[in-house]
Amino acid sequence: MPSVCLYFQIHQPRRLKRFSVFDIDAAGAPAFARYEAEEENRRILTRVVEKCYRPATRLLGNLVATHAGRFRCAFSITGVTLDRLAIDHPDVLDAFRALAASGCVEFLNETYEHTLAFPRDPEEFRTQVRRHRERIRDAFGREAVTFRGTELIFSNALVERVAELGYRVMLAEGTEPLLRGRSPNRVYGTAVDPRVRVLLRNYRLSDDIAFRFSDRGWTGFPLTAAKFAHWIHALADDARVVNLFMDYETFGEHQWAETGIFHFLEALPGEILKHPAFRFQTPAEAAEAHPIEGILDCPGIVTWADRERDLTAWQGNAMQQDALRALYRLSVQVQRRKDPDLLNTWRLLQTSDHFYYMCTKWSADGDVHRYFNPYASPYDAYVNFMNVLDDFTERVTAARPELEEPRC
Amino acid sequence: MRILMFGWEFPPRISGGLGTACLGLTRAMSELGQTITYVIPCARTGEEPGHVRLVSAAEVPASDRPGWDAEGAAPPAGMPGRPLDVLLRIIDSPLHPYLREDRYPGISGGAAGMLAPSGNYGSDLMAEVLRYGKAAGRIAAEASFDVIHAHDWMTVPAALEARRVSGRPFVYHVHATEIDRSGNNVHPAIFAVERLGMSLADRVIAVSHYTRGLIVRHYGIPAGRVSVVHNAVSRREAAPAYRAFKPPGKKWVLFMGRITFQKGPDHFVAAAAKVLSVLPDVRFVMVGAGDLLPQTIERVAELGLGRQIHFTGFLDGEEVERMFALSDLYIMPSVSEPFGITPLEAMLHDVPVIISKQSGVGEVLRHVPKVDFWDVDALAWTIVAILTQPELAEAIVARSRGELEALRWETAALRVLDVYRGLLGP
Repeated sequence: MPSVCLYFQIHQPRRLKRFSVFDIDAAGAPAFARYEAEEENRRILTRVVEKCYRPATRLLGNLVATHAGRFRCAFSITGVTLDRLAIDHPDVLDAFRALAASGCVEFLNETYEHTLAFPRDPEEFRTQVRRHRERIRDAFGREAVTFRGTELIFSNALVERVAELGYRVMLAEGTEPLLRGRSPNRVYGTAVDPRVRVLLRNYRLSDDIAFRFSDRGWTGFPLTAAKFAHWIHALADDARVVNLFMDYETFGEHQWAETGIFHFLEALPGEILKHPAFRFQTPAEAAEAHPIEGILDCPGIVTWADRERDLTAWQGNAMQQDALRALYRLSVQVQRRKDPDLLNTWRLLQTSDHFYYMCTKWSADGDVHRYFNPYASPYDAYVNFMNVLDDFTERVTAARPELEEPRC
Repeated sequence: MRILMFGWEFPPRISGGLGTACLGLTRAMSELGQTITYVIPCARTGEEPGHVRLVSAAEVPASDRPGWDAEGAAPPAGMPGRPLDVLLRIIDSPLHPYLREDRYPGISGGAAGMLAPSGNYGSDLMAEVLRYGKAAGRIAAEASFDVIHAHDWMTVPAALEARRVSGRPFVYHVHATEIDRSGNNVHPAIFAVERLGMSLADRVIAVSHYTRGLIVRHYGIPAGRVSVVHNAVSRREAAPAYRAFKPPGKKWVLFMGRITFQKGPDHFVAAAAKVLSVLPDVRFVMVGAGDLLPQTIERVAELGLGRQIHFTGFLDGEEVERMFALSDLYIMPSVSEPFGITPLEAMLHDVPVIISKQSGVGEVLRHVPKVDFWDVDALAWTIVAILTQPELAEAIVARSRGELEALRWETAALRVLDVYRGLLGP
């Protein structure tokens, strides 16, 4: 009995304001407020809430009710986004709570600030995941069992860390370096820990919705729920699980309401359930329901990003490398201070979006990279980030300078 | 005397040394009682290129001039509020003095970012220069004047057209040559226009002996036809007011100029890296934009120095004043600098300077340290010496004060008038 597994990613970064060299060392607000483009962030979040989070979540609530337990899905909401929603849009948070209470929706764990702490800073990575686990538990009353890394990052080393933290299900990209000719529509085990099961994103079917839905040049256009369900049903003989993973913003923001994306989403569960063999399951349920049918051995890093399916969009050029190195070099100094403001600021600066804005790969993925990018160029992004980091480093050093190692 | 001058930029909008020099000279000449019709290009949307506007210079510093950016319309800090007594003619044209070098002139801070392209310009540049020249001819036909004075190559066709129409002598004032700007990558058409201007001009003025040497060597102009008139610097009274805001702490080392081959930004970065290896707490700042900005930023990233070497994009007006006030040392590592007014401005803010030996301004600043632009070790060593020995920094500033005092635009203007008299007779 094949499962269809839907998971939506929710993340909005705390973008930085223009911070010029004149602002470095100047008096001003403490903590992250010093660097944050608060108004812009509030405005963008409100727009995304109105165009996507609110209508899409209302729709999913209706679908859960209508299908009486047969429609199921999952969310991963980053800690930064959850915190902002709780303050500015509590009704949206309530809608997610109602979904959680239905028992049909699973909430996943990741790094609280949507960071690349793995692979840069393993200890900090653990802390960020633990904090996210607590935040999700507090918000939705459930302990998460499934982990997804920032940008669906996956590797053997990550499996080890995640298993140590107690997770038994992980999500990854169903890409060739992992599959080596095998089907993404199975449950896989890992080469490093027999307890961990992995679900792989079916990127073709996922991107049919997320990227191609409104593409008039695409042979699948126009995509109806019946047509899409037909494609899924065609996998009945072979597939154990079809994993459709995408950004939640697909609904109403990447694909505007005018494209018919909400009608598509509304009709999809009914169309898929027309075939008696198919059912919806959350990642934890789907991973349990099917046997492990192969082992994934992944010494390098695989992500869901770009054609390369790697981290080059975040750490592929010298600017990104410099920014990341300078930021994570502060780890010990920041932790030693035990100052909540400094720690929180340091973590918000780790949010992967800051480095994504510095990406210089102008390929077919360029359009995606421009999306939501507040900077005119990757050079502006880097220069601005380094101004902030210089100021922040001064603040860390100035706070309890007796903790500094003597310089030789 | 009545002068038809083809100049560049007018307050409050001055983006570089050429505009600063044109203004300083024009103001001084006007104060010496000369009558100047000052012609500049200015891009104005919605106008046919070549349209000529007559603007009373008296109303120029006002904030609400039609077609001008209202931003920063107040006179730049320290500029006397008295309006300049010249007749200003504006030809609507997208030409600006750094068009060829600034493929990315950039705007700091704003939404456009540091790399905003300046508009689609390139192969049409020559056509625009010629079109500008035609419009200049129309002005020349209706104005009355004794001499034509043109600044740099883009105004050469305009000056030649004006001479053809009027029969008046033409003085070509060279502030920079294609050799300075582009080294071994000389643009043949620009070089040809420059040589044409120098050959046909009734007299050539060079801003330094250094530039005069280039004109003789590279353009084959007889030395006897080239006069040297050094630039000067305008006093800005606002400077000391900012000085008070300099917070204690880190030393700031400043580069300010277009980020182009000519200005040697790579030498600044290389020297900064060496300095930071012995003085890690120094903050380097690069002010300016230009076609080498992206690769300069990437170079800094490769060196892992993004937290120590900062970029601002283009700054003007008050921000320039602020930057000087915050700086402890100014570096001009130009590969080839005909003159270089910014070191003088830095010194007016009591900021010591290091300049390259390939800079004309060195002829009037005998007491400032000079290094070969390519000698990164010497530059780094000199930076360290000045930052670590405050008495050395003070000595450089103190010993240069007298020289600065002597550098007046009035002196330059008198020398230019001498050149005119040589052409017109007593």
